[in-house]
Amino acid sequence: MLRVRPALTASGISRRYATAAGPHALVFLEHRAGVIDSGSLSALTAAQQLGGKVTGLVLGAPEEVQSAVETAKKLKGLTAVLHSSSAQYAHAIPETVSPLLEKLLSDGTSYTHVVSAHSSSAKSILPRVAARLDLPAVSDITSVEHDNASNATTFTRPIYAGNAISTVRAPGSVRVKFFTVRSTAFKASAADDATEAEAAAVDPVEVADPPTQHVRTDLTKSDRPDLGSAGRVVSGGRALKNAETFKATLEPLADALGAAIGASRAAVDAGYADNSLQVGQTGKVVAPELYVAIGISGAIQHLAGMKDSKLIVAINKDPEAPIFQVADVGLVADLYDAVPELVQKLKQ
Amino acid sequence: MRPSAVRLLNILVPIKRTVDYAVKIRVNPDQKGIDLNVKHSMNPFDEIAVEEAVRLREKLKDEVKSIKVVTIGPPKAAETLRTALAMGADSGIHIEVSDSAPALEPLGVAKALRAVIQREKDGVDLVILGKQAIDDDAGQTGQMLAGLLDWAQATFASKLVVDPKAKVAEVTREIDGGLEELKCRLPLVVSTDLRLNEPRYASLPNIMKAKKKPIEKLTPADLEVDLTPILESVSVAEPPKRVGGGKVENVDELIAKLQEAGFTAVKS
Repeated sequence: MLRVRPALTASGISRRYATAAGPHALVFLEHRAGVIDSGSLSALTAAQQLGGKVTGLVLGAPEEVQSAVETAKKLKGLTAVLHSSSAQYAHAIPETVSPLLEKLLSDGTSYTHVVSAHSSSAKSILPRVAARLDLPAVSDITSVEHDNASNATTFTRPIYAGNAISTVRAPGSVRVKFFTVRSTAFKASAADDATEAEAAAVDPVEVADPPTQHVRTDLTKSDRPDLGSAGRVVSGGRALKNAETFKATLEPLADALGAAIGASRAAVDAGYADNSLQVGQTGKVVAPELYVAIGISGAIQHLAGMKDSKLIVAINKDPEAPIFQVADVGLVADLYDAVPELVQKLKQ
Repeated sequence: MRPSAVRLLNILVPIKRTVDYAVKIRVNPDQKGIDLNVKHSMNPFDEIAVEEAVRLREKLKDEVKSIKVVTIGPPKAAETLRTALAMGADSGIHIEVSDSAPALEPLGVAKALRAVIQREKDGVDLVILGKQAIDDDAGQTGQMLAGLLDWAQATFASKLVVDPKAKVAEVTREIDGGLEELKCRLPLVVSTDLRLNEPRYASLPNIMKAKKKPIEKLTPADLEVDLTPILESVSVAEPPKRVGGGKVENVDELIAKLQEAGFTAVKS
């Protein structure tokens, strides 16, 4: 008996049926050292909410792709995993990655949606690909709903630094709908031992003489939980005086709480913390179980990055600081007295 | 041996007039948009882009042949162009749309910018624009423009070094988790991040000088571009309100509140 398999050809062309097929999402799965990025797992959850098939896409250098694919195959909700290896894909440079995506999504493709995390890498790639296919893209969505009858997809997304929520609809006439996902709005998909998605290799589309070369990447090394996905965050502002004081004051508290460390823009601009720690409209958006804001005044742009946290605690010398308008628990105190006392008493 | 002609840099800086970043925006009762009867300014990231172009000229001097700024917007957007001219741009292009035109979408803007670039007789070597506009927070235009033109792109730039003779640029980018350095051939689209520079305030003499700098007026039809939005704006709503909780008197009370919510220290 013929076994009917989903056709995993380069462009994913499937048999056409008389009735409208459901959606088929292609999810860009970012990875490092064989681990799928948490943001991509949230993107996978969002893709599942479209209600149809979901194919994961893993790209990378040959030595990295294999382990990432093995992990991806076990992700609950993935129908299939497409993967492509090339030395050119080692750093996910948009100019070199785009041709493969354009090929997968060309006319006749079975993919109806392209989904990724709103990561610095994916949001540099997806709009480029979309434009080359003459298609729009929707950024940083917080909800998604697909209507099969009209083939329209409706999204919500924050605008004006999250001070308003926009509901936009990509009509059925949009051939492939691209969107990036705000990770804090979708729970990360989990692995499931019972799942074994089918994996298929796709030939890379190599670029002769790419215009952009990767020179180096400098990631801030930390044993701490990753800021973007941590359950608890301790964040410092301009009041922390300098880099040494920032570390010396906040690290004991973060250690005691098992928290990641974040920073306001003011603190990063002043050199107290690395730019990768910035929480805000144009930095990282976080929504941990606990967010402790130390010496942060609470500018609109900072609130945009943390106001969806479950419990917000603020310590600030100024009783009028705007942060107290969103904090669930506020303490007006000198942080240099309060934080050490807090650390000491927490450990008791 | 005759030296090869030095390629002079023609820089294009697209800018957007947006609601000023300090304005507390209000959603309209009809839930179709926000109250736009408020102060508007140049998108802060585009200010950084203009500043970067001017600094490139200060550094490279005659190797920067022209700095043009372009905007798509209603008549008032001309004021935003004048601000850029006062900061040091040479000339402006105003693609005028009506006050009641629907909000621009990145794909439409990218197509218009492509048309502008293609009609520039001297060509464009470098486009510098903000990484996102603080109204729609879409953050796509730079990438889309680079894609349409099939140019190199470098988003979220925190440092830009251009070598017009070698026709390459070294860009440091802010990425999740740290920094990345790229080497890009020109022509190139760069989108600016916060820490690329701190924009200057235009001096009064420069503001006066800017009044005489030329602004070319165009319509989308002149560029054969249709700016009709593809996505439908269904509604605009207020986010769920977050109400502040009370204040506690001291650290002991704070700890009690944390414990109530289930937060204790981790075992070290």
